[in-house]
Amino acid sequence: MEMKKSRKIILTALAVIVAVYTLFPFYLVVMNTFKNANSIVANPVGFEGVSVSQLMTNLTSVINNSNFNFWYAFGTSAIITIISLILLALFGGMAAWVICRNKTKWSTAIYMVFIASMIIPFQVVMLPLISTFRDVGKFVGISMLQSIPGIVFAYCGFGGAMTVFILTGFIKGIPYELEEAAAIDGCSPEGTFFRIIFPLLTPVITTVTILNGMWIWNDYLLPSLMLGQNGKVKTLPVAVQAFVGSYVKQWDLILAAALLAIIPMIIIFLVAQKQIMNGMVEGAIK
Amino acid sequence: MAEDSKSRKLLSVVLLAAGIVALIAALYLDFTGSDASFRGPLLILGAITALVGLYLFPTIEHHRTIINIIFLFPLLFTFAVTVIIPLVLGIFYSFTNWNGIKFTEFVGFSNYMTMFKDPAFIWSVLITFLFVIFNMIFVNVVGFALALLCTSKLKGVGFFRAAYFLPNLIGGIVLGYIWQFVFNNVLVKITANWGMQNSVLSSTNTAFAAIIVVYIWQYAGYIMLIYVTGLTTIPKDVLEASQIDGANAITTLFRIKIPMIASTFTICTFLTLTSAFKQFDVNMALTNGTGSVADFMGSYLTNGTQMLALNIYNTAISKNNYAMGQAKAVLFFIILACVSILQVSVSNKKEVEM
Repeated sequence: MEMKKSRKIILTALAVIVAVYTLFPFYLVVMNTFKNANSIVANPVGFEGVSVSQLMTNLTSVINNSNFNFWYAFGTSAIITIISLILLALFGGMAAWVICRNKTKWSTAIYMVFIASMIIPFQVVMLPLISTFRDVGKFVGISMLQSIPGIVFAYCGFGGAMTVFILTGFIKGIPYELEEAAAIDGCSPEGTFFRIIFPLLTPVITTVTILNGMWIWNDYLLPSLMLGQNGKVKTLPVAVQAFVGSYVKQWDLILAAALLAIIPMIIIFLVAQKQIMNGMVEGAIK
Repeated sequence: MAEDSKSRKLLSVVLLAAGIVALIAALYLDFTGSDASFRGPLLILGAITALVGLYLFPTIEHHRTIINIIFLFPLLFTFAVTVIIPLVLGIFYSFTNWNGIKFTEFVGFSNYMTMFKDPAFIWSVLITFLFVIFNMIFVNVVGFALALLCTSKLKGVGFFRAAYFLPNLIGGIVLGYIWQFVFNNVLVKITANWGMQNSVLSSTNTAFAAIIVVYIWQYAGYIMLIYVTGLTTIPKDVLEASQIDGANAITTLFRIKIPMIASTFTICTFLTLTSAFKQFDVNMALTNGTGSVADFMGSYLTNGTQMLALNIYNTAISKNNYAMGQAKAVLFFIILACVSILQVSVSNKKEVEM
């Protein structure tokens, strides 16, 4: 299908214009972290006032800011996301395998509850969630609010349904003969799962991890409620919100904070672009 | 072999017993209100020891059942505590005067009655519906157009695809502030030349439009990817056949491409619908729901751009009216449940037709 040359030019121009529009806000963020507050207000678009030393000044003042505490927030976000993702993949895989390989009333019921729960919006459970976690924490003597274990626990609960849903669909396609053969060879059920099934799940666990990872890393509402706006433990989105709240209109600092918050995600995207884009689509279609 | 089995049985029983004793001791401390800091770890340790004991229990016929229980337990437990219990409690609390910690009396449907008499809330519901409709149309049209662009034989399609998708990676809070900067500091400089001195975010109508623009910017790239996947599944020979029959690009689009990816349209429509309903982060970071409305149902409103999710949050957290916020959230849940049921029935109908 050869396109006419003029049409091709028009379409390319269109694609470029949309790309410029999409990337323009990113350009502004990067450009303005090179400027001081006055130059930003005077000319936010152009190159005037750009200097590398100003970039270092802005970044260091944000990183060392006690309200933002970048490295601490970054570390907290990373720990919460990584632990939640590992636990979700492991527990989700285990649960999905049991649900898939046992055709009993119970497993079907559990599966149905998981599926149905996916329509529950966070807003309807968020307020009682806080009071439940507070009560549970008080009862067992482990703080569930303002603590990393508590929020990891919550992410396992909220991400569980979607994880099981996607993994179950995949496990159905793994031939049962594999497990029968393993059982005949004297492999225990748990051995069958960890040695045979779990390694086979790698592609679908990548998908699930990408979907959950994007959600957990960027999530604001759950950590802001559970950890508190001014709590000791802060994730990156909560820290950005708290920082902006205390530095209204100080755009040199706010944009530098925004840049620091988006850089990790962009780096990961550049490295695993294909996997992320495929994973997002697969998650939606299922 | 027999010796091995015997020692294993002993170990299993010992662990099981130790675990249960630890659990009971921890629970005893909890119920008596002891402040001992070790009761939490004791509880967890007890549960794990008991589970290990159960796992080692030497039985052939029940081993599979034991494994099933151990495998299901972690996810079901977290799921029950974070979703099921709060959901049940939440629906219950919406009929009380709950203040976030405790409640003293049942109030029946009075939270719901008050809610529907509140002009600010009705306004939030209305603009949420408006927002959803606008987004459903624009995000899908833009996303589909971009998908067509990205599946045509242009150079650098891979770059465009990645560029359009990029905004989707950034959390709503951060990009809300970035766009606040764009509107308040950059766009205002351009519009000032045309005689508009105020930022678009300062007036309710334009601020609402601004939220829609930002949302399309964030979401269209994602929807585009799904359409791209749909379009690439159309068999090449069908397209070639239509070309041989003399169909031009427009005819091919409407007669072949769109009908062949009807199911993708269903997916994307409902995806945009539910996500637009739940919109919170951008709304909060961009306008925080502010905006004046001179006269709506006889009242002056200050929450011109406050959508439902943000209204729920503000009612409970900012105004400290938890029971009312919860009642609004239950209504929110009912609306979304209806949408999901509609989606399932539409998808099933489509499948029957195909």
